Amino acid sequence: MRATFLLALALVAPLWGQVPRLPNGKPDFSGIWQALGSAHYDVERHIARHSLMLREGPHGPLPAVPLLALGAVGAVPGGMGVVEGGKIPYKPEAAKLRDENRQHWLERDPEIKCYLPGVPRANYMPFPFQILQNAKQFFIAYEYAGAVRDVYFKNPGPAETDSWMGQSVGRWEGDTLVVEVSGFNDQTWFDRSGTHHSNQLVVVERYRFLSPNHIQYEATMTDPQVFTQPWKISLPLYRRMEKDARLMDFKCVEFVEELVFGQYRRKPLPR
Amino acid sequence: MQIRWAAISALTAVSAATGWGADAPRKVVVRPDLSGFYDIATLTPLTRPAALGDRLSLTDAEAKKIADEAAALRAATSKASDPNRKAPPEGGDGSEGAAGNVGGYNTVWVDTGEKNFKIDGKFRTSIITDPANGRIPPMTPEARKRAMERAKYNRPNRGDAFWITENITPGPYDDPELRPTAERCLLSFGSGGGPPMLPVLYNNLKQIVQTKDTVMILNEMVHDARIIRINGQHEPPEIRRWLGDSIGRWEGDTLVVDTTNFNDMPALSGASRNLHVIEKFKRLDDKSLLYSFTVEDPTVWTAPWSGEILWPATDQRIFEYACHEGNYSFAGILKGARILEADAEKKKAAK
Repeated sequence: MRATFLLALALVAPLWGQVPRLPNGKPDFSGIWQALGSAHYDVERHIARHSLMLREGPHGPLPAVPLLALGAVGAVPGGMGVVEGGKIPYKPEAAKLRDENRQHWLERDPEIKCYLPGVPRANYMPFPFQILQNAKQFFIAYEYAGAVRDVYFKNPGPAETDSWMGQSVGRWEGDTLVVEVSGFNDQTWFDRSGTHHSNQLVVVERYRFLSPNHIQYEATMTDPQVFTQPWKISLPLYRRMEKDARLMDFKCVEFVEELVFGQYRRKPLPR
Repeated sequence: MQIRWAAISALTAVSAATGWGADAPRKVVVRPDLSGFYDIATLTPLTRPAALGDRLSLTDAEAKKIADEAAALRAATSKASDPNRKAPPEGGDGSEGAAGNVGGYNTVWVDTGEKNFKIDGKFRTSIITDPANGRIPPMTPEARKRAMERAKYNRPNRGDAFWITENITPGPYDDPELRPTAERCLLSFGSGGGPPMLPVLYNNLKQIVQTKDTVMILNEMVHDARIIRINGQHEPPEIRRWLGDSIGRWEGDTLVVDTTNFNDMPALSGASRNLHVIEKFKRLDDKSLLYSFTVEDPTVWTAPWSGEILWPATDQRIFEYACHEGNYSFAGILKGARILEADAEKKKAAK
């Protein structure tokens, strides 16, 4: 019994010991991270479905016409969900708007127009992001849209203006970095499934090493205007292990110019 | 003078903190810490006024005159506007440039600093230091030809579709892709995000975050984060980036950053995909960095050119620069051009 325990400890200890730390002893989350899974489609528990935008067919839902051509690529993979309890506790009116948003996904999802993604969505989009950390600073650079966040360790007080990525204020609770994000506008979503919020949203994130190459990421959302109670998501972030892992350019502005401005060309192209 | 230092040795740091690791403790390599916020706004221009010839610096009296004139202009343009003033005339008041026409940038926006920057105790006449006249060397004949072509486009808006009347094809506003990258919210104008990172009309804040193997420089305008891999290798030639691919190395206490692999539209005006920039960051004291750079692009300029500028630390905070999200004026620019074209075509038909 005791031998087994010691053996287990011997196996686990190197992993534990390897958690990278700064010279000041704090865990060092610096590196390139990415979430896996289907939370970027839908944070709630869900089975695979035809499309992000559906219409009624003779025998059940079918992809909405503008998405039909995508075939299997346009289908939504299932997922056990990252929301604790499986569902976002929307108030009835807010749930209605969420459903409406789904019906108008192509026009309404800020990701489609390459808008800044907000928090926590930025952390589980299908793109890597890079944490840069030293004794005084904690900065996140995202590949998607070149979004950035600087986490203040000195609280500057309430955000002076609403923003897409919010104002982040961090503190350490032991080896866990806790970041409170507020000062959001009401334009960002939590996923591709119409999940909106108001500008009263406050997100409390927790970053904690599971192993040297995994971060357990949690975020608790409070927004009394749209949710009946706070709700929490929880998912691992994986270190990108490729030897040449790095953020690539994804300045998607140039990829949406035809969508957003194409109709104003001197000679508009077929649309 | 106090200089901040940071111990930048991953292995030493990890083994010291955890006591774990097969490697014997190594010598701690101490590097200057460049981290912090900087405001690089300055009255010193990139290129030296020709009248100053080869003079690198101004006298204190000359620098004071420049600062006083700028302060007087700021005071004059900061006055409350007359609430009873009439609307601007239709089509603009005829003034040109960033503040011109029906209402461009005013003093609230513009922040070009309050004085020329000082290096070695002397106020500088220009950012460019080499060539000795402080001016960008001549372009190659091919580059000059391309620049002349572009200049045909680059005219102030006088409320007419000159490209129709002068048969210029394609017209400057035909497609989004023909507009400057700053107008499209792709890059800061004036090479603010660089490299080289130059002061511009406003939003001149930079943030540096230095870690054991990476230095990140955030440019406030268009939230561009340059991620510099220390002791990295340049990317293969098929990888091209808006801000180029930057690798760094320490030469003593100076961080040297080498950038290549640009795409066809680097932020630096006139430069091509062959642009090569070498930058040096040196901490002078607790309050400032010396930033110097050399630019070479043999397909554009007949000689390399170099410059330097002080990066003073600032307590100001960087706010989100969400450009594309609110770029209503870009649709307006294109739509406006369509209206001017219709007017011009109508006039043509009436003749």
